[in-house]
Amino acid sequence: MIKFVVNGAEAYSEQPADTPLLWVLRDELGLTGTKFGCGVAQCGACTVHVNGQPARACVTPVSAVQGKRITTIEGLSPAGDHPLQKAWIAEQVPQCGYCQSGQIMQAAVLLAKNKNPSREQIVTHMNGNLCRCGTYNGIVRAIQRASKEA
Amino acid sequence: MIGMNDFELLEFKISRRAFMGGSAGLAFAFTLGAGKEAKAQTPGTLNAYVSIAPDGTITIQQPVAEMGQGISTGLPLIVAEELDADWSKVKVVQSPIAPAYHHPIFKAQYVVASISTLGYWTPMRMAGAQARRVLVDAAATKWGVPAAECVTEPSTVVHQPSGRKMSYGEIASFATPPATPPAIDATKDLKKPGDYRLLGKGVPRVDVPAKATGAAKYGIDARVPGMAYATFVRSPVRGSGPASSNAADVKKQPGIVDVVTLDHGVAVVGETFAAVSKARKQLKVTWRSGQPGDAINTDKDLETYLGDGRDPKRVGVEWKSKGDPAKAIGGAARTVSREYLSDHVYHAQMEPMNATADVRRDGIDIWVGTQAPTRTVLDVAKALGATPDMVRVHQQYLGGGFGRRATVEASVDAALISRAVNRPVKLILSREDDLQAGTFRPMTSQRLDVGVDAGGKIVAWQHRVVGEPVGDFVYHPGYNKAAKDRDTIFMMGAELPYYNKIDHWRSEHLMEPERTRVAAWRGIGAGYTKFAIESMIDELAHAAKMDPLAYRLAHTDDGRARRVLEKVAEMSGWGKKPAAGRARGIAFAEYGILAPKVGSLVAAVAEISVNEKTGRIRVHNYWAAADAGLAINPPAFVGQMESAIVWGLSCALKERVTMVNGVVQQSNFHQYELLRMSEVPEIKVEIITGAAPIPSMVGELGVPCTAPAVASAFFALTGRRLYHMPFTPARVQAALKAKKIEA
Repeated sequence: MIKFVVNGAEAYSEQPADTPLLWVLRDELGLTGTKFGCGVAQCGACTVHVNGQPARACVTPVSAVQGKRITTIEGLSPAGDHPLQKAWIAEQVPQCGYCQSGQIMQAAVLLAKNKNPSREQIVTHMNGNLCRCGTYNGIVRAIQRASKEA
Repeated sequence: MIGMNDFELLEFKISRRAFMGGSAGLAFAFTLGAGKEAKAQTPGTLNAYVSIAPDGTITIQQPVAEMGQGISTGLPLIVAEELDADWSKVKVVQSPIAPAYHHPIFKAQYVVASISTLGYWTPMRMAGAQARRVLVDAAATKWGVPAAECVTEPSTVVHQPSGRKMSYGEIASFATPPATPPAIDATKDLKKPGDYRLLGKGVPRVDVPAKATGAAKYGIDARVPGMAYATFVRSPVRGSGPASSNAADVKKQPGIVDVVTLDHGVAVVGETFAAVSKARKQLKVTWRSGQPGDAINTDKDLETYLGDGRDPKRVGVEWKSKGDPAKAIGGAARTVSREYLSDHVYHAQMEPMNATADVRRDGIDIWVGTQAPTRTVLDVAKALGATPDMVRVHQQYLGGGFGRRATVEASVDAALISRAVNRPVKLILSREDDLQAGTFRPMTSQRLDVGVDAGGKIVAWQHRVVGEPVGDFVYHPGYNKAAKDRDTIFMMGAELPYYNKIDHWRSEHLMEPERTRVAAWRGIGAGYTKFAIESMIDELAHAAKMDPLAYRLAHTDDGRARRVLEKVAEMSGWGKKPAAGRARGIAFAEYGILAPKVGSLVAAVAEISVNEKTGRIRVHNYWAAADAGLAINPPAFVGQMESAIVWGLSCALKERVTMVNGVVQQSNFHQYELLRMSEVPEIKVEIITGAAPIPSMVGELGVPCTAPAVASAFFALTGRRLYHMPFTPARVQAALKAKKIEA
């Protein structure tokens, strides 16, 4: 049994050690806000935080998070009102929306480290997250808005 | 499923029954499946689309799949406008899959061709106006005054002479809908555009909050008690299937429930998706040979296409024409012939194909995000030998549609697998299997032969598009024949309806044998036909020593076309010199199956630079002016334009599927690359409200100008032309080595 903390609550998995964290979160723990996009860390749809750092849950074996703190989109802010989430709504960022949990989780790590990132820093930090609807410019605007209002 | 004649329905002579769903009176209950329609009167339900609760909440059924296009806001907004609803009191719900909600053109719930808003425009207005009339009549009766003395304010009926007011909620608390619905005259009883309170003003999209918190439920998020997980490995070649496999070994892997061999592929079923994914990697299948697709080798095939396009003996199927170009070209001062190529491209929707099915004796439930829910019902029923009334489709959000979710094989496969293992099954394709079994925009070669007069003006235009038709794969075998080989998806855009000063033009489809899984892909044929057309026009403009904008304007006196061109010129500072090392290109396109009768127009300018060492094109700025008639929700319109522009640029610069011996050579996003944040230009979009007081196509409108605008900018910068999209670094470097074209 692998024990860890998800969104502030103790949790465990009974899956084999090499099971990707993604499927533990989605199917064993029912946290479906984290999405499956590619399975090979190429798109960022499955981005979560492990001890405050961004991680691609699709290539993170559950054994690697033993004793660690995991945050998913459901736990980013209890009321769903993290400055980024408010900015995402204000800027009307999502279209199909499928990649946006990963985008927001990726962005949250940036803002935690850097309260006022430049456009270039935003792009560098976010470039591993794909959005097929092409909402990239909206994402940049929302991160800039959140950095001003946070 | 769609016949060209159906589009003639555009006159919108829709009977009241058409949107009342054939049910008697105003009653409508949530009934899934034909033939079992309950006639129960639901309190407060005014028609199939509107119900009002005593607390004033107005529930509007929205019949179309939400895939990011904003339709779950746009259509209810139309109802709310005619209903004179207080938008803050409106609650939008996804409608059931039922005849009451059919698209009037498709006679089904089916979202393709950017035609949902236009298709539902009249039914939605009528539903809102009818519900409003019921409320006014009920209030007037209560007050004992003539209904003609009453007007409405948002969610309130007002008796003008006395100033008395009654809210819609109050009315809902006592009124019962009349046995016979009031007749609405579409020519007199609907609002005039000047009276709109909601349309064209801009409201936040109703689906956005749930998409910012992870709460939005997509097909892949469905959970059914007791379900197993599955993945499906489809034959690499269209029409093939497994000859043999190591299914027995794979079945012994940990956590595996079964390996189900179907005629067209092999399913691995297990207790967790992780177990399924691991076992799938062990699966080895030998596929039946003998399909035409075995011989596909895309690089070589494109050479064949080129040769066929040059062969004067080959006869194509005419798509559209005007005048007599074959004759007129004889009188031209000069003719110019050019060839354009485009590769297969993959949808790459972020949510891999999936469906959850629960097949039981007493009924079949499907949870899926699909563009084609009615077809899902029909095809699942057919595959299982069941009747459609046994199938319930639970529509979920779509993690991207783009045409990929217009076919329904994921639901059919999930149902077949569920039946085989006698359990509910969630089927998910891996990204690799999603790409291997992708349904691609067809590869094409195009040949243009154009005659110009002594001044360089176009006098005759012949356009030949070479490639596989898509109708039979998208719809059903025999579709193309029944449609007389007029393949709308393939040929879209191969026409010049707005360059109305060109008197002689003709386009034709030279069909290659069908052997690839080819389908509709955002922008359909216009994604490549406009690349050829607009690139050729740019080349002819330079040959005539005319500015490309002025050259286009010289070929049209259509007011709307001129307006988008002039607007984008103004936005982009066309004619002013760009920064050093950069250049601009301009393009124009119409979009819409009904153009020019009803059609959306767009003009765009791309500003680029080129890294001559790496061969990479960088698009710095992109401006677009768009006219889609009435803009229902302008911010969402702009969002869709930006989205389609990024889509088009991604395709123009990077995207490419190749096949060897019928097998796709790319496996995941490291090989099928999409545009990333660092590659996206600044995008500016302006909406022009057109002359038409109705909404036309938006969702794909941004696509067609992207490739030609970039290619023309590349010429302006380097003096070389790009004829093969995508404009990969290797192709750019090859073009840079070519001799400069003298303008």
